[in-house]
Amino acid sequence: MSVAAEALKPSEMKPKFIIEAALLVSAEPLSLSELKQLGDTPLSNRELETLLAELVQDWQGRGVELTRVASGWRFQARPEMQSYLDRLNPQKPPRYSRAVLETLAIIAYHQPVTRGDIEEIRGVAVSSNILKTLESRNWIEVVGTRDTPGRPELFATTKRLLDDLNLRALQELPSLQEIGALLEQDAAC
Amino acid sequence: MLSMPLDLYIPPDALELVLEAFQGPLDLLLYLIRRHNLDVLDIPMAELTRQYLSYIEMMQQHRLELAAEYLLMAAVLIEIKSRMLLPRPPKISEEDNDDPRVELMRRLLEYEQMKQAAQQLNALPQAGRDFEVAQVLIEQIVDARLPEISVEELQQAWLGLLTRAKLHTHHTVRREQLSVREQMAHILRCLRGGEYVTFESLFVIEEGLPKLVVTFIAMLELAREFLLEIQQGETFGSIYVRSSRGTQAE
Repeated sequence: MSVAAEALKPSEMKPKFIIEAALLVSAEPLSLSELKQLGDTPLSNRELETLLAELVQDWQGRGVELTRVASGWRFQARPEMQSYLDRLNPQKPPRYSRAVLETLAIIAYHQPVTRGDIEEIRGVAVSSNILKTLESRNWIEVVGTRDTPGRPELFATTKRLLDDLNLRALQELPSLQEIGALLEQDAAC
Repeated sequence: MLSMPLDLYIPPDALELVLEAFQGPLDLLLYLIRRHNLDVLDIPMAELTRQYLSYIEMMQQHRLELAAEYLLMAAVLIEIKSRMLLPRPPKISEEDNDDPRVELMRRLLEYEQMKQAAQQLNALPQAGRDFEVAQVLIEQIVDARLPEISVEELQQAWLGLLTRAKLHTHHTVRREQLSVREQMAHILRCLRGGEYVTFESLFVIEEGLPKLVVTFIAMLELAREFLLEIQQGETFGSIYVRSSRGTQAE
């Protein structure tokens, strides 16, 4: 009885499980174009979207969830699990300094920017370590040089940053406080 | 502008605690402004500058290596203040904003905006910190992919091997047992008719040199035993051979 109930409808069910398995074993998020190739015949965008939506549904109420980030789709543990997962690895990752975070914010919101632009806004010299920290995390990269004397390098954020922040696009970054709002806050004080 | 809040002055001890946390002169200025409810749009330059300079002095007492930016900012503040003290030239137009504090104000607000953005970014859930990326561990040892082979290739290889094997076979030199006696009998059989036969016709070139030699020796042997007559009509002429048995029989 139960065997019959569990039998797969090959034509319909198989691609879903293939996608599920691929997403689970992949170390990096899988893009739609990568997922499309998984079917015996290439899946259409619509089929793929349907299958992914089903998978999201299937994994609802579990410890891990299927989400979409900038580079594609991936499984990740629910944030609520984190405090428990941390027990496995008591060493908390070090937090970034304010200098690193401010530099990252300037690059994220003003990109592409040069080191000079960052220094202009922060009012202090940007140490190479700050940029190195962000580069080694693969959060920022040099995307070119500005056509001015010295040809300073232009920095921009990477897809990896968006992935790591669980975002799909730059537009999903928290919106900036309007200057006007800052002044209102001023008035409120 | 001259009515300053009384609590503007922060005891140096308090500053010492937060000194490490400042990200630069703009950060310090913002701190002073926000903490003391100063109006960013109408910064009381004299008091702010005095405050700022007193901290700079104190910082210099504690940490000799003060970042140049702090000193630069001190100079900027003093410059702004001094420009405010100077009589202003008559305005060219109404929109011409010649308040020397405008640039400082712009920078302070821009910095504050980014400072808040940094906090917001930091508040976002972060992979590895606030959530983990899930991954099922699979056996990652990848076998080096072995080359494919077709039956044809295999066949070709085998044939090639055979060809080479042939080239490398040992050349066993076998001694061909050629018997002069046997050849003598053979010659006699050829001459059985009793006719003269040309000398050359008794030699079969295709049978190879050893056979030729043996045939020649056999012929000499027959001649020695008078079983064979060899005649030559003239020098370098054709040599004829016949069995001498016929003559004996005559």
